[in-house]
Amino acid sequence: MNDWKEVANLEEIPRLGSRVVEVEDGTIALFRTSDDRVFALRDACPHKQGPLSQGIVAGHTVTCPLHNWKIDLESGEALAPDEGCTNVFPVKVEAGVVYLQV
Amino acid sequence: MKERLVLVGNGMAGVRTLEELLKLSPDTYDITVFGAEPYPNYNRIMLSPVLAGEKTIDDIILNDREWYEEHGITLHTGDPVVEIDRVNRWVVSESGLEVPYDRLLLATGSDPFIIPVPGSDLPGVVGFRDIADVDAMLAAASQYRKAAVIGGGLLGLEAANGLMANGMEVTVVHLMDILMERQLDRTAAQMLKKSLEERGMKFLMEAQTAEVLGDAHVHGLKFADGSELEADLVVMAVGIRPSMELAQKAGIYCERGVVVNDTMQTYDPRIYAVGECVQHRGQTYGLVAPLFEQAKVAANHLARIGIARYEGSVTSTKLKVTGIDLFSAGDFNESEGDETLVLQDPARNVYKKLVVRDNRIKGAVMYGDTIDGTWYFQLLREGTDISDFRSTILFGQHDLGDAGHGDETRVAALSDDAEICGCNGVTKGQIVDAIQTQGLFTLDDVRAHTKASASCGSCTGLVEAILSSTVGEGYEAQPSKKPLCACTDHSHDEVIKAIQEHELKDMRTVMDFLEWKTPDGCATCRPALNYYLLANWPEEYHDDPQSRFINERAHGNIQKDGTYSVVPRMFGGLCTPSDLRAIAEVCEKYNVPEMKVTGGQRIDLFGVKKEDLPAMWKDLTDAGFVSGHAYGKAMRTVKTCAGKKWCRFGTQDSTGLGVKLEKLTWGSWMPHKFKLAVSGCPRNCAEATIKDFGVVCVDSGYELHVGGNGGIKVRVTDLLCKVDTEEEVLEYCGAFTQMYREEAHYLERTAPWVERVGLSYIKERIVDDEAERKALYERFKLGQKYAQIDPWKERAEGKDAYEFRPLKLSA
Ligand SMILES: Cc1cc2nc3c(=O)[nH]c(=O)nc-3n(C[C@H](O)[C@H](O)[C@H](O)COP(=O)(O)OP(=O)(O)OC[C@H]3O[C@@H](n4cnc5c(N)ncnc54)[C@H](O)[C@@H]3O)c2cc1C
Ligand code: HEM
Ligand code: SF4
Ligand code: SF4
Ligand code: FES
Repeated sequence: MNDWKEVANLEEIPRLGSRVVEVEDGTIALFRTSDDRVFALRDACPHKQGPLSQGIVAGHTVTCPLHNWKIDLESGEALAPDEGCTNVFPVKVEAGVVYLQV
Repeated sequence: MKERLVLVGNGMAGVRTLEELLKLSPDTYDITVFGAEPYPNYNRIMLSPVLAGEKTIDDIILNDREWYEEHGITLHTGDPVVEIDRVNRWVVSESGLEVPYDRLLLATGSDPFIIPVPGSDLPGVVGFRDIADVDAMLAAASQYRKAAVIGGGLLGLEAANGLMANGMEVTVVHLMDILMERQLDRTAAQMLKKSLEERGMKFLMEAQTAEVLGDAHVHGLKFADGSELEADLVVMAVGIRPSMELAQKAGIYCERGVVVNDTMQTYDPRIYAVGECVQHRGQTYGLVAPLFEQAKVAANHLARIGIARYEGSVTSTKLKVTGIDLFSAGDFNESEGDETLVLQDPARNVYKKLVVRDNRIKGAVMYGDTIDGTWYFQLLREGTDISDFRSTILFGQHDLGDAGHGDETRVAALSDDAEICGCNGVTKGQIVDAIQTQGLFTLDDVRAHTKASASCGSCTGLVEAILSSTVGEGYEAQPSKKPLCACTDHSHDEVIKAIQEHELKDMRTVMDFLEWKTPDGCATCRPALNYYLLANWPEEYHDDPQSRFINERAHGNIQKDGTYSVVPRMFGGLCTPSDLRAIAEVCEKYNVPEMKVTGGQRIDLFGVKKEDLPAMWKDLTDAGFVSGHAYGKAMRTVKTCAGKKWCRFGTQDSTGLGVKLEKLTWGSWMPHKFKLAVSGCPRNCAEATIKDFGVVCVDSGYELHVGGNGGIKVRVTDLLCKVDTEEEVLEYCGAFTQMYREEAHYLERTAPWVERVGLSYIKERIVDDEAERKALYERFKLGQKYAQIDPWKERAEGKDAYEFRPLKLSA
């Protein structure tokens, strides 16, 4: 089991926005929703690898900037009618600090 | 106990009324239906294709017997009603049934008119009205060779076409000298006759039938001039008579038909009537579209909602002969004071005529190319003033607008309330809505859910185009009256109005005030709201980066490999050696892999890594550059030509004016991208007439052009006006820009906006109304105070730094 790693203070991620973090095998996007929850997805859209971190966040979804697929932040799955899935990483927020498990 | 409703006449209008009634109020009545024909309700219009062998009887049944059972309707077919007893309120049928009613609905249709000449009752003489007639014709076709059709109208030609398809030799006998004189003018009628002749149809024009010849069976016709024509089958298609004997016998007031008022009631208020048997405001109708409107109204009153009124209909006509395109509507024979617009192309066999009075369409006839029939018909019914596009109207709707992919984009360009299926009154919006909400994919699905193209089928092509543009890929949001997005029921216009009138100044307030259905909106509405707030409240509203598309959030265009491009602004396309030196140094310092001179007369630096952007911007701003906004729904560039200073043709200082215009407008956010150009003379080297705002200098001043567009479909500008001085150019430009910023829908370019609101409206406010123009200009300048804070400089100084810096993992 991997360890939890500190990535940021919650305040460093804009509400309804995102930040990216580079890891060994690629980029992970961290999203902060309007209810101050944080989600982590591989920064690649299941459609054609669009950078999800650059999309618009609403509710618990992000809209890919390339062709407007909507991806569920909790499951990493594309919303119907589209189909596909991107990796989800465990995140937690404790005392205003965001931790990521990779 | 439920009330009892009896329907006499199991045809298109009557059963449609029941359908509408069941939709409104399924349980009000015990319903009994009497039909003279031995069939459930079928699509009478489709008898022509059945005769031509293109369809079978089963294909054209509209309501099968199960339908009646499911809805608890008692159906008596093959049993006509022979008496109405209004005192005791019951009807008596031929077989002797007596059925009491509380309300009675008469929908007995009409009967073919049989010319009263000797021999007209001979076997082998038929009308063209019902399945029995079609059976008789088909039987004759299998036995005999020669047919005569009396009547060169819609019905007669469809019968003749069908009989020819069955191998008969057909002569159409017509009293007048042109065919379909009630639907066509002389030219179109002649074109029609010619193409039917090419298919082998024969015509006897101006022939008056005097006698039907024959003993046990018809064998010919004799005319008033004594000549004769051989025929083993005679089809009488000279007209129809409302079927009203039953009503007359019962003492219900009739003239040419059963007289009804605007609520479809006869003089006996318990008795309603709809369909061809009816006379309303002196008119009788013989096409389904008006009958279906009547059905809606009658159902509304039978359901005791009682608010609908029928006020008569304008009808349009299409001939259902495969391969012949024909359309007519309104008053197409000009009378004094009318103007006629005509387009005629003998080589393509195309003819279009519009009859216009006071810049409004009164009538239309089209032959050969009828795709714009729906559009003209809509303009006619809505009484739209066509002066703004009168000069191109005959070329069709696709000649307007920036769309250009044949049928598909033409349909896309229709507004949501454009009627697609004239028979069933189904609009584009309803079709699109059904396709989207009910997941329809085939033409049959659409027919099943909306009834569009389920009657005469002549709109099938349009419905298919809508289907493909709605379910197909790449369906772009067209600005229209539909809701801004799924988060709200409000349209763009309603949202703009609310923001302005109720002074809503931040996104939360707008969403709460207009009862948004989602907590955060979505990727469609947030950028739109962000723009509307910015455009209307420049002093108060703070831009929300999270409601911007990535290019505008990062202030550069994201490229396909994830890098960005940087386009520094060069006012009017002018530059100095030191500008170029600064750009060159920046490129070397940040290893820019490619530079390109853009069509907007500046330099694009490609392939910049996102992290490098702020530092690069710092170097550029230090050298005096500002952002070129090449990435935004914003004012882009002002393209200029050499102008008076250098060019021997130049009339004014086009470069200098371009710089002034760009200084005025740079930084401004817009509903969509916005480009300007200034040409120094009418040779127009700067291509000013395909820009959103273009200036063409002339010796005596400046011509101002608006609403142009390059791109997929080029649109040339409209001339707004001519002014004398540079100061005026700036004022008009600012005012036009501001009007577009305040009134257009987000993502609507000036070209479709100008077409939507009309050039006259824009001229009224900007050219004719000086106070309004000055006020708009002032508002524009006020907004610019806030917009001309260079976003690159701000970010070079640290604003939104998180946007450009990745996070790091710590242990
Ligand atoms: C061949 C053909 C092609 C046509 N093409 C077109 C077209 O392209 N576009 C268009 O808009 N319109 C077209 N029409 C016209 C259209 O079909 C009629 O306008 C429409 O069907 C009229 O509807 P209705 O209910 O008034 O009459 P109908 O549909 O005729 O229904 C009346 C019914 O009442 C029955 N009936 C009559 N008296 C009694 C009684 N006493 N008791 C019981 N039943 C009775 C009749 O038998 C009939 O079944 C066409 C018509 C024909 C014949
Ligand atoms: C359909 C959509 C279009 C897309 C997606 C598109 C895309 C772009 C992009 C990304 C740029 C910026 C280049 C950069 O900064 O690297 C650009 C610039 C430009 N485009 Fe388009 N474009 C479209 C339509 C048009 C049309 C219709 C015209 C013609 C009138 C046009 C003319 C230009 C010009 C002149 C420039 C250079 C402008 C400048 O220097 O800022 N484009 N376009
Ligand atoms: S538009 Fe006229 S003034 Fe300008 S460069 Fe061309 S020819 Fe010269
Ligand atoms: S023309 Fe097409 S490929 Fe070229 S810049 Fe415009 S959008 Fe891109
Ligand atoms: S790559 Fe995300 S929608 Fe196409």
